[in-house]
Order: sequence, then C-alpha cells, then structure tokens
Amino acid sequence: MDELKLYTYIAVFGSFGVYFAIAWWARAGSTSDFYVAGGGVTPLQNGMAIGADWMSAASFISMAGLIAFLGYGGSVFLMGWTGGYVLLAMLLAPYLRKHGKFTVPEFIFDRYYSKTARIVAVVCLIIASLTYIIGQMKGVGVAFSRFLEVDYGLGLGIGMMVVWVYAVLGGMKGITYTQIAQYCVLIFAYTIPAIFISLQLTGNPIPQLGLGSTLADGSGVYLLDKLDMVVTDLGFKEYTTDNMGGTLNMFAYTLSLMIGTAGLPHVIMRFFTVPSVKAARSSAGYALVFIALLYTVAPAVGAMARLNLMNTIEPTAGQNMVYAERPQWFKDWEKTGLLKFEDKNGDGKVQYVADAETNEMVKVDRDIMVLANPAIANLPNWVIALVAAGGLAAALSTAAGLLLAISSSISHDLMKGVLTPDLSEKAELRAGRIVMTIAILVSGYLGLNPPGFAAGTVALAFGLAASSIFPALMMGIFSKKMSGKAAIAGMCSGIGITMLYVFQHKGIMFIPGTSFLGGLEQNWFLGISPNAFGAVGALVNFAVAFGVCKLTGDAPAHIQHMVENFRVPKGAGEAHAH
Amino acid sequence: MESNQSYWQENLRLILICLVIWFVVSFGFGLLLVEPLNEIRIGGYKLGFWFAQQGSIYTFVGLVFWYSSKMNKLDKKHDVEEG
Repeated sequence: MDELKLYTYIAVFGSFGVYFAIAWWARAGSTSDFYVAGGGVTPLQNGMAIGADWMSAASFISMAGLIAFLGYGGSVFLMGWTGGYVLLAMLLAPYLRKHGKFTVPEFIFDRYYSKTARIVAVVCLIIASLTYIIGQMKGVGVAFSRFLEVDYGLGLGIGMMVVWVYAVLGGMKGITYTQIAQYCVLIFAYTIPAIFISLQLTGNPIPQLGLGSTLADGSGVYLLDKLDMVVTDLGFKEYTTDNMGGTLNMFAYTLSLMIGTAGLPHVIMRFFTVPSVKAARSSAGYALVFIALLYTVAPAVGAMARLNLMNTIEPTAGQNMVYAERPQWFKDWEKTGLLKFEDKNGDGKVQYVADAETNEMVKVDRDIMVLANPAIANLPNWVIALVAAGGLAAALSTAAGLLLAISSSISHDLMKGVLTPDLSEKAELRAGRIVMTIAILVSGYLGLNPPGFAAGTVALAFGLAASSIFPALMMGIFSKKMSGKAAIAGMCSGIGITMLYVFQHKGIMFIPGTSFLGGLEQNWFLGISPNAFGAVGALVNFAVAFGVCKLTGDAPAHIQHMVENFRVPKGAGEAHAH
Repeated sequence: MESNQSYWQENLRLILICLVIWFVVSFGFGLLLVEPLNEIRIGGYKLGFWFAQQGSIYTFVGLVFWYSSKMNKLDKKHDVEEG
C-alpha cells in the first residue's frame, strides 16, 4: 500500500471512529432527544452543527470549481448561500423557536389551522430533501471510489451504514454532536490546502488576503490581474467581470438561493434545538461565522486552482506542456474520465483555449478542482488524505440532517399528526427510527441508480423551498391576518409556477426532449435561467396569498392572538410536541 | 399588550434597517453597481468584485450579530425576556 492510500485510510476511518464514539455517547432516549436533541444545545454548538448541516458535498467539492470557471459569475453562490442566513436570523428563526414545536410542517399546521396545509408542507419538504440527498450519496460514492479505490457501490454502502448508526441511534442528539465533529474535520480539510496554496502563490498564508495580493514570483503583478490576463489571452471571458447571463439573471439567481436557503427545512429544524429565543438569534450568527470561514476561502481556492491549472498547461505563454510529460494527477483524473485530452493538431502538446474548434482539453470537469487542487500544487500526501475525509464529512453531515427532516415529517407530522394521533411516545420514537432506516435505503438506492433528473434537482430543491416554504412561514409571522386558505393557495401557486418554468425549459421531470419551450437562453422569461426562478415563484406566492386573503377574509381571532404571542420571547419553554 | 405593540414596531424598524444594508452590500455593491465600483481597487481586488465575493459575506456576519445584540437590549427594555 502506498503512503497516500495509508494516510487516506487513517484519515477516513479515524474520523468514522470518532463519529461512532459520539453516537454511542449521545443516544436518544425520548422523542424530544430524537427530534430536537432535548432542546439543550448551546448557540455555539448549534452554530457549528448548522455549518456542517448546511455545507454539503456541493459546497465542499463543487462550489470552488464552479467559481474557478465562472469567475465573478460564481458570486451568486457565495452571496446566495450566506445571505439567506440574514433572512433566517431576522425573519424566521426566533419566532419559530418561540412557538416551540418539533417540525416545520407542525408550525404550518398550528399557524394555518389546517391539515391540508400540513400535508402540502410535508410533501414540499420530502421532495426538497430527497432530491438534495441524492447529491450527498453520490458525493460519498465518488469520494470512496476515487481515494480508496473501492467500488462506488461498496463506498456508498459504507457511507449509508455510518449514517445509519449515528442518525438512527442518536436522532437529532447524535446528529448534532457528530455534526460538530464533522464541521471541524471539513473546515480543517478545506482551509489547510488553501493556506498552503496561497502561501506558494502569493507568500500570504491567509487565502482571503492572498487572493488580493501580488504573486510571489517577484513580478509584482496582482494574482487576479495575472489570472485575467492569462484567461483572456486564451479567449476566455475576463475572470473578474464575467457576469453569467447578465445582471438580471445574477440578481434573480442570488435572490432565489437566499430565499431557498432560508426556507430549507433541515436547516430551520436546527433552530428548534436551542434552549431559548435569544440562543436562536445568536446561533444564526455563529452559524454564519462558521459558514463564512469556508465561503470566504472558496473564491481564493477557485481562482488559485484556475491559475495553477492554466500554468501547468502553459507554463509560459506559447510554451505548452508536452502531453507525454504530463504530471501524475493529470493521468489519475484522465482515468476517471473527468479530464480528457485530444491532440487535434497532432503536435503532442496540450492547447487549452476557449475556441471549441482548436481546444484540446475537451473535458475539464468542474467538480475535480477542489479534489485535484492539492495534487496540482504538489502538496504533501497527508493534506490530500485530509481532503478525502473532509469531503466525506461534508456529505455525511448534510445527509444526516436531511434524513432527520424526512423521518420527522413522516413519523411526527403524517403519522402522529394526521393518521394515527394516539401513537404513544415510545411507538413514535420507534416509528421515527424505522422511517429513517427506510429513508437511508431509499436514498442509497437513488444514489446508486441516480434518476435521469438528478442533475437538475438542486434547482428544484431550492426552487421549492423558495417558492413554498419560505413565503408561508414569513407571512405566518409577519401578517397576523393571513388565513389558512390563502396560505395554501399561495404555496400551491408558488410551487406550480416554479415547477412549470423548470419543466418547460428542462423537460418534464427533466426528461430530455419534453421541454416544450426549449432550454435555450433566448426563450427564458426576461433572461432568467430556470435555476434562478424560485424568486419569481416566491413573489407569485406572496401575491396570490394576499389576494386570496383579501377576498376570503382574515384568520380567526385565536390565531391572531397566537401570532402576537410568538412575536415576543416572553414565556418560551423547551420545544415540545403539544 | 401596549408594550408588545411598540416592541414589535421597534423590531420591524430594526429589521428594515438590517435588510437595507443586506441589500445594498450584496445586490447593490456586488451586482448593480459592480462596474463603477470596479474602477476603485483595494490591493489586487476590484472593489465591486471584492463586495461580491468577500465584503458582502463579512457584512452579513456583522449584521446578524448586531441585530441579535440590539434585540437582546430591546427585550430588556420592553420587559419581554424569557424565563
């Protein structure tokens, strides 16, 4: 076994051992433990757990790669996925915590006094969470197959088993404490390589500052200016100004991601675990600090990875790399099919340019940037091993949070709330565990046989959360008079228009060829891409809900009284079921 | 109840201030005004680009903590603290 593999085994299985130990220590004894960790999580702990819950395989692996190739356009992910926490901290978290229930659909049920509303919320939640989970499961499989060279399916199976142990045993309590450990692993694994690379390129160990510094090669040229120059010389768009489909599209995209972030149930749920309203407010702040640590490093990772890639292929202008002398990481990724070279002009050298006719790097998958980055920069093997453990931590922690959101919405909202209200606490706890086991098996199956629409699903998850859950919650808190009927009408029309738009441009259920308006940019409404349409869906939701409320009358007095009550912190207790 | 009303009004005003700042640093500086701001530079960063990829995130963090501490004071002032 070579050194890198040995280190990777130590890092991956060492971290798994820690998760198991925590799971054993934090077993759940009651439904309160299982759903909200007994309500005893401190804001700092909750902030870290939210960080791990939120930062998925997509944040860890894909985001910096996206930024590397989108440049300035990639800012929509940075602002969108952090700005949502401002909305969450001010518009939702404190009031939902004050109301003090276990799940998001349960709040919707109380506020809109309607089982229909609760079921609509459960359906949105399950679709959004399941689509999201497929990506995590794929991430686990890829990390295993690339770094440990085990079969994709076996890797997925190991990942499922690990999540099963701590999520089913510990519920929210086990998940919370493992997420804290996972946050530490993932942030360490993300920043260490970034610090090394920043130091190499600019001499500044802080990546956030390195990105704005001059290069360490003595030329005195700023890193970003050099990058702009290198990419425009090869015909690509300028890195720092390339604005992905125009300002309006970026605007709508950012807004959709922000609203969607604030409406994702597995994140909202984490605010039910803290002991007070005050703690809910401050844990949003801590969460954002922990998230910002990764999100402000990501643009540096992206830009530096792009520059390193360009420099490897063309060390000095006009002097291209000879294909036969390519480095080891290049060969490794060629094997996976994610990197492809075709010697079009037969000169044995690698030309990487924007023009598709002469470009010889026919495939550079964006997702390999973070994983390949340490190898491209010649970092020591233990750093590369860390990245594998970090990617797994990111995927597992998010999967666990999503699984809990799904299982609680089924065992608590559908079974206890609607179908079998006389379920005892013990039986509900058992039901929760069984549902979670089933959810793990289903998501594992979907990870192994990703449905054809998997690629488009993240857009759907954010679109659903943005166009249904967020507006319903926000109106429930800020508009006393908003009635149940109006909220249901709003949710249904918000989802309806968002799904219609996504499907009409990307195909019904993402089946190619069924898109009746075509995926082409010129057919987009005002140039807004389907991924960015959640914000429009949310606007429609608000408009319809207020319209229907005007026509059909206000919410009854006791509901308005309840709203007044959860607007003030006084009298908050632990989160409870009834 | 009287006090709860004015508590809620003050909270709404605070939220509005925060959301204006939230909007200005991200959608304003990072997107709508990015071109004129890019004329200004801090180190190797063009200012608009910096707001879009760094500055807006730092501001968000500050905003959430500021809101949280303001609200704690407001809770005390209107005597609506928990416990």
